[in-house]
Amino acid sequence: MVAAADPREAVIWAALDEIPDPEIPVISVVELGVIGGFAFEPDTRGGERLTVDLLPTFVGCPAIDVMRDQVGERLRGLELADEVEVRISFAVPWTSDRISLEGREKLRASGFAPPALMAIGAPSVPESDLLTMAVVATCPYCGSRNTTLENPFGPTLCRAIYHCADCRQPFEQFKAV
Amino acid sequence: MTAPETPALDTVRRDALAQLLLATADDEFVIGFWDSEWTGIAPMLEEDVATSSISQDEIGHARALYELLAELTGQDADEIAFGRQPEAYRHAALMNHARTDWAFTVARRYLYETADTVRLEALARSSYEPLSQLAAKMRREERYHLMHLDTWLRRLAGSDGARERLAEALRTLWADALAVFSPVPGEEVLVRGGELPEPMATLRTRWLEQISPVLAGLGLPGPTADDLAAGAEDGRTRRTDAFRWLHGEFTMVAASERGATW
Repeated sequence: MVAAADPREAVIWAALDEIPDPEIPVISVVELGVIGGFAFEPDTRGGERLTVDLLPTFVGCPAIDVMRDQVGERLRGLELADEVEVRISFAVPWTSDRISLEGREKLRASGFAPPALMAIGAPSVPESDLLTMAVVATCPYCGSRNTTLENPFGPTLCRAIYHCADCRQPFEQFKAV
Repeated sequence: MTAPETPALDTVRRDALAQLLLATADDEFVIGFWDSEWTGIAPMLEEDVATSSISQDEIGHARALYELLAELTGQDADEIAFGRQPEAYRHAALMNHARTDWAFTVARRYLYETADTVRLEALARSSYEPLSQLAAKMRREERYHLMHLDTWLRRLAGSDGARERLAEALRTLWADALAVFSPVPGEEVLVRGGELPEPMATLRTRWLEQISPVLAGLGLPGPTADDLAAGAEDGRTRRTDAFRWLHGEFTMVAASERGATW
């Protein structure tokens, strides 16, 4: 990782924070938690390479190539390194707990229920607990918990569909994974 | 930054690992394509969305596995996925069958998802880090598939006509479903090295212990003695006309312009 003293680190985070998620553009790739980390390394031609790890939300997410291109293009524009490499990584599995508090609030404000928190740092939730965890979401429109899971699969891999019995709105939830 | 370097492996170990990756990837790839056939015509709109999403997940998993394989062997992932003749695919015989009706699709998916769960749990412990990391990520997604198929199985088993269709499909599929755990060529090398933490035979037993009581409790048939004894050695090499047809469908675009990118 970049040493805390490297002033380029803050510049990079700020630049990445301006890149919207291609499918849910109200939140940035930083708020979504898909930036696994970055580092400066010597490249083969005696210069310096900036390597960024991108963690896919879902293995088959079709937006990942768009994200990779956008991250690469933005960081190359900063001219902080001779080359920029963006790698898809599974070294740390992306989980919905990686969405930041600001990101969760932005999701809610735009009509997406944020995913249920799955106890940060805990080992993965046992299979048997998954249904319990997924059954209720808070309605992003009226705040009611009187909601039902209509379909754990939605318009993209990362979304589920719920219905609110109080304000009678269907709504989507960013899936807990 | 902990992205793994691909460790250097001797030829025997590398070939065996390539077989394991290919078998797993082909399973995900072919079932993903079969079930994508339901897009637009599933029994109801919500299921249309669900089944399409599950299929998209599987094809995404296959892509990631083909990329691991390509890195290991120096091939091209797209070429592995779309450039082979039908006889060179290594999916389990379970994926040789046509889509058929909804009960058949639910029966096959249930057998596959439960078997895949057992396999992924093992692969997440693989000593080959690129594979264990990917398997850990895939497991988080596959739980949704398992939950969904479990719901469907119970729902169809609850009505007489549907239960009979499910039972019929299970009787047709059992022997071929067991082929998910056919030994991979060179498996003993992988078990010794921990790339495959347990033999396929052990995983097969674990799977049967998990799902037999569930099926029995729903009045659905388990495997017969003949199913259990059926030839495991060609479980991943037998091909059918149904698969040859599907192969023609999923390679059509790639075959129209070899090497094209978009």
